[in-house]
Amino acid sequence: MIRLLVLWLTLTASAFAVSNPAELLPDPAQEYRARALGQRLRCLVCQNNSVEESEADFARDLRRVIRERVKAGEDDAQVITWMTARYGDFVRLSPAFSAQTVLLWASPFLALLAGGAAVVLARRRQMPPPVPLTDVEREAVRKLSGS
Amino acid sequence: MIPELGHFALALAVALALAQSLCALLGAARADARWMASGAALAYGHTIAVGSAFAALIWSAVTDDFSVQNVVENSHSLKPLLYKITGVWGNHEGSIVLWCLMLALCGAAVAGFGRSLPSILRARVIGILGLNAAGFLLFTLLTSNPLLRVWPTPLDGRDMNPLLQDPGLAFHPPLLYAGYVGFAVPFAFAVAALIEGCVDAAWGRWVRPWALASWSLLTGGIALGSWWAYYELGWGGYWFWDPVENASLLPWLTGTALLHSAIVVEKREALKTWTVLLAIATFSLSLSGTFLVRSGILNSVHSFASDPTRGIFILVLLLAVIGGSLILFAWRAPALGSTGLFAPVSREGALVLNNIFICSIAVVVFTGTLYPLFAELVFGAKLSVGAPFFNATVLPLAAPVLLAMVVGQILPWKRAALGPALLRLWWAALIAAAVGLSVALGLRALLPALGFAGAAWLIFGSFGEIIERIRLFRIPLATSCARLKGLPLAVWAATIAHAGMGITVAGIVGMSLAREKIVAISPGEAVTLAAYDWRLDGLRDGAGSNFRERIADISVWRDGALVVRLTPARRSFTTQRMETTETSIHTTGFADLYSVLGEERDGKAILRLHYNFLAPWIWIGALIMSLGGFLSVADRRLRVGAPARRPAQSVPAA
Repeated sequence: MIRLLVLWLTLTASAFAVSNPAELLPDPAQEYRARALGQRLRCLVCQNNSVEESEADFARDLRRVIRERVKAGEDDAQVITWMTARYGDFVRLSPAFSAQTVLLWASPFLALLAGGAAVVLARRRQMPPPVPLTDVEREAVRKLSGS
Repeated sequence: MIPELGHFALALAVALALAQSLCALLGAARADARWMASGAALAYGHTIAVGSAFAALIWSAVTDDFSVQNVVENSHSLKPLLYKITGVWGNHEGSIVLWCLMLALCGAAVAGFGRSLPSILRARVIGILGLNAAGFLLFTLLTSNPLLRVWPTPLDGRDMNPLLQDPGLAFHPPLLYAGYVGFAVPFAFAVAALIEGCVDAAWGRWVRPWALASWSLLTGGIALGSWWAYYELGWGGYWFWDPVENASLLPWLTGTALLHSAIVVEKREALKTWTVLLAIATFSLSLSGTFLVRSGILNSVHSFASDPTRGIFILVLLLAVIGGSLILFAWRAPALGSTGLFAPVSREGALVLNNIFICSIAVVVFTGTLYPLFAELVFGAKLSVGAPFFNATVLPLAAPVLLAMVVGQILPWKRAALGPALLRLWWAALIAAAVGLSVALGLRALLPALGFAGAAWLIFGSFGEIIERIRLFRIPLATSCARLKGLPLAVWAATIAHAGMGITVAGIVGMSLAREKIVAISPGEAVTLAAYDWRLDGLRDGAGSNFRERIADISVWRDGALVVRLTPARRSFTTQRMETTETSIHTTGFADLYSVLGEERDGKAILRLHYNFLAPWIWIGALIMSLGGFLSVADRRLRVGAPARRPAQSVPAA
């Protein structure tokens, strides 16, 4: 469910280069997949654009490659693997989970955990210390316990 | 002559800012009224000096003085007058002078409006602002001076990046900077409080208007930037998780947390240390946002190395401000203490939850933005962190806050019960369910239905507090109306700002239903997209003062009636040898008809047409949020009747 929600919202902020309509795949389902794939890959010659957004020639070439591979029946993982093998991890806009990116992917959990721990610690510190008994009360306790 | 006067004024400003800081801080330490008063007077002088330097720079740009380096690099004699003026802050040097001018204005504003503050606190705030200003003015003067001359004088300038020659971007930096720099005042209050060792309800009440005003300006600035990206870049998107965008989002997030935690300080004298830390963090992020982005360090370590003097100066300065305030915090924060106790389920508890989630989002955005730099330095690995990562991590953290903020608003202070609070919102839940159900049935899609239900819950639920306060339908209507008139402005402000957030959420969800089509058609042909017929009537050439353009005339029809004529264009800027796409957008209020012209091939023009459902709501919502913030500043409770300070609370500085 969460994965689905994320996938859907990832496609929401869709942005596209003015490309040649001849590039697009005739099958809308394949084109949708190709577009989603292109948005996960970085245009290596631009500052911070995905392959789908960039008007650079490099991005145009990658768009064509993605569509050829999607048309040939490759699944998403195969296309991404092919791209990473050729252009390195830099091409992925969402880095793979690895020893190098564990801190990155753990950051939401660590942040929430730290927030929760801070609240618990602050509350514990805030607990007012028990008020010591007065002499009269102590006398009363002594009488009641009969010692 | 004028640039030299400006140069002199800039140097004078460094001296005046330093004097402002020394007089005010030493005066406060010795409780000497004359020294403190001269600190305030120097704040005005310092503002006039920076203002003169800035005016000199504008004068040089407007009169095409190409003996000034900065004007040569960023202007051109054919550039329209508006962009000659706004071009002054379109580059590193000029924008930093603007930044310094805003900081100087903050000091002058505290000196002018802060007369009801205790004089020692006021002097400390003015002194700390002056110290910051002195550092950044020195940076401008030594490494980024925009008023230097160039010899031999070129005949004409190199012009400005055409993407920046746009009204949206003309006003985006001043708004954004006003927001960034405004957070210097809460920061200065926080540092002053640490020096005094005292944070109380009165402090919360003094800080909040500054935080609110800065937050409102920042909200407006970010929205304007996002809108600019939407119509000027012509990609159809509105937020790209670019490092520059993230840098402005970070202080907005911690600033939002600060606004809310300052309420707890004001009403209940709790969360004091946390609020002070947030004030320091927000300004620190504003600083890093402005200067790291401008220095280019975020893009690559190499661009930083290409100009080490500027980079090292700014790093040392950032380290001094951020590190210095954090060390002061670690040393003095234990003296602040906390008095207000509250149960986990209460208004305070809800605000703590808000703070945890919003700050977690900030941590994630911060980590994601800096991770490529970190990975390169530590592992020697080159990797990218972009939109897919941020969408996947930020959205799950944002959703709980958005759903909970409606409930938090109606919880009472100190101790509350969740069940009754939820029951009192049954009508908002009903509306949300109805909206969700009708979207689900109409579109046969589950996720947009959930999104719209959430947005409806937020928009309508935000009025819950007002309805509770006037006890609508539980007491006679006339009495409710009378209560409505008596509601403090701050309640309205919170409702409006929260509902604005809901409208933005609706816009974002609506954009997920956007449709687009890329077509190659000849004049006379038409295509259908989202119940509209888009006809290409023709293509023609045009020209502006510094560009030539190719324009497509498109008429959009619905059921045989003309809706609008769109004129997307491609512009070639002669001096910069750069092409830009000019989108043409028509908004119906519920959707944008968005058109972009691509290349022409074989007599056919490539057009990209978008039907962006609810797109305008994203920025309308942000505008409403910003309005809510300003409304809250206007609440007269913030100006008069601030609770009197209890004298015995102050802890003497060690």
